[in-house]
Amino acid sequence: MGTIAEKILSAHAGKEVKQGDIIVSPVDFMMSQDGTTPLTIRAFKGMQGTKFKDPSSYAIVIDHNAPSPMESVSNLHREMRTFAEQFGARLFDVGEGVCHVIVPEQGYALPGSVIIGADSHTCTYGALNAFATGVGSTDLAAALISGKTWFKVPSTIKLQYDGKLPTGVYSKDIALRMTGKLTSNGATYKALEIVGEAIDALSVDARMTISNLAVETGAKVGLMRCDDKVIEYLRTRARRAFKGVDPDPGAKYESVLKEDVSKLSPQIACPPDVDNVLPIEKLEGKEVDQVFIGTCTNGRLEDLRIAASILDGKQVAKGVRLIVSPASKEVLLSAMECGAIQKLVKAGASVTTPSCGPCVGTCNGIPSDEEVVLSTANRNFRGRMGNSRSSIYLSSPATAAYSAIKGFIADPREVL
Amino acid sequence: MKQLAGKARKFGDNINTDYIIAGKYKFKSTDMNDMARHLMEDVRPGFIDEIEKGDFIVAGHNFGMGSSREQAPLVIKAAGISAVIAKDFARIFYRNCINVGLPVIECDTDSIDEGNEIRVDLEKGIVHNVTKGSKIKATPLPPVMVKILNDGGLAEHFKKHGEFKLE
Ligand code: SF4
Repeated sequence: MGTIAEKILSAHAGKEVKQGDIIVSPVDFMMSQDGTTPLTIRAFKGMQGTKFKDPSSYAIVIDHNAPSPMESVSNLHREMRTFAEQFGARLFDVGEGVCHVIVPEQGYALPGSVIIGADSHTCTYGALNAFATGVGSTDLAAALISGKTWFKVPSTIKLQYDGKLPTGVYSKDIALRMTGKLTSNGATYKALEIVGEAIDALSVDARMTISNLAVETGAKVGLMRCDDKVIEYLRTRARRAFKGVDPDPGAKYESVLKEDVSKLSPQIACPPDVDNVLPIEKLEGKEVDQVFIGTCTNGRLEDLRIAASILDGKQVAKGVRLIVSPASKEVLLSAMECGAIQKLVKAGASVTTPSCGPCVGTCNGIPSDEEVVLSTANRNFRGRMGNSRSSIYLSSPATAAYSAIKGFIADPREVL
Repeated sequence: MKQLAGKARKFGDNINTDYIIAGKYKFKSTDMNDMARHLMEDVRPGFIDEIEKGDFIVAGHNFGMGSSREQAPLVIKAAGISAVIAKDFARIFYRNCINVGLPVIECDTDSIDEGNEIRVDLEKGIVHNVTKGSKIKATPLPPVMVKILNDGGLAEHFKKHGEFKLE
């Protein structure tokens, strides 16, 4: 009798476990990126690590600061390449894309698996029914050596979304609504189980946007069920056989929150916190200087297609910069094939290398003092994009694209 | 474990890892002393010059929310802060602190004001506010974490055992 989290962890611990238990679990896949790998290397060496338990279950991604804008970063990147080469890890180098988009695309994130990543948004793979969570570099190094990590089995909050999303309202709006409702520590140490007909109706891409924001409520994981769409998504990608894990009918939840999304408006998270969420009606007309479409939250093909369809034949407002970072090489290639990139560039977008882009303030679009940014990312903390005197609002790609045309926060339902 | 002593440096709720150390610095180097100069820069400019070795960061709810960057606890340690005392912590940050050997203390911090003289007995889980002459009881650390902390962090734990020995 268990929740998805309890059942996945029971299968890994080799015994029935329940919330509150401390377990040591085998880890099926691990990942670190260029912000966390240098410290992982230090920790690995500090632990006197000599080899990985299973090199094929680890990938390193250079995405946060890519291509490198300065020599100190280049040197860290080189250290990572050497480390990958020496111990046999898979390396996704500059231009391959954002870690949380690559891992599912490459078939590493599988239903029923346990995954840890040295990046907090590792919870994204919950949309693929994986118990996936962010850890620090030292935890990752310990798992590289032993193939294991320890967990406290979390209690679960069930979020049930019923109804049908209105036109112009997307999974990002559900995700922002979720963080607004739960608040930034409402689910600390807990698992989210995100279900309901509104979730079933979403594509796997769109579902990942919601699981991505699970950590913004403090949650450990943002789990969804494995259905036919997930199986289809993985058909050509999965690196090994897998089996989805459903919750038992008698599973015990800490709480169950139900919401009907059929009247949901586009949502905006206002600075400086992700749970500071308002419906768009309260913010329409707020002028913007830079619009950013990309990141592990909303830089997938579906997102770029929606933005391109809104910007098609239009121009970005005078004085507004539109930056688009396709979240992976696969996304960029597909977006070129379907013509989305052409439409975006013609409308005035500046398209970057597939990478984190300006999401975390390293390169490719740091705002100036007093500027207002509308972004499709997952965090709007002060200084997040590299300048603490700018302010960041978060929205869906549709709201971002339409606002870029208008020059102020504008409701995409007007044109959809 | 020895007693910790210093002044309280007070912060509010939801201090996130970007405030502790901004992303723009964390990717440049692995030199924590260098990065420590930017500790809390965006929310309290000049913080590093205000503090003395041994001081405590004292905060409200959800300290350390956000990124998994281990630079956050490492930079706090490098700055000479002896422990973080907060009402509660974000999950990844809390775990990272234990792993790198930075003590974290969960207790009601409302009665602690900026500049108060604080002493902490980690073993007994007691926070003494010397200025006010009061004592606050802290929530005990989970036993697994005590094990890791007692070994001096996870790296030392692994050096000693070569694997997880938590039971
Ligand atoms: S896109 Fe942003 S949130 Fe996602 S992994 Fe990169 S820096 Fe982190």
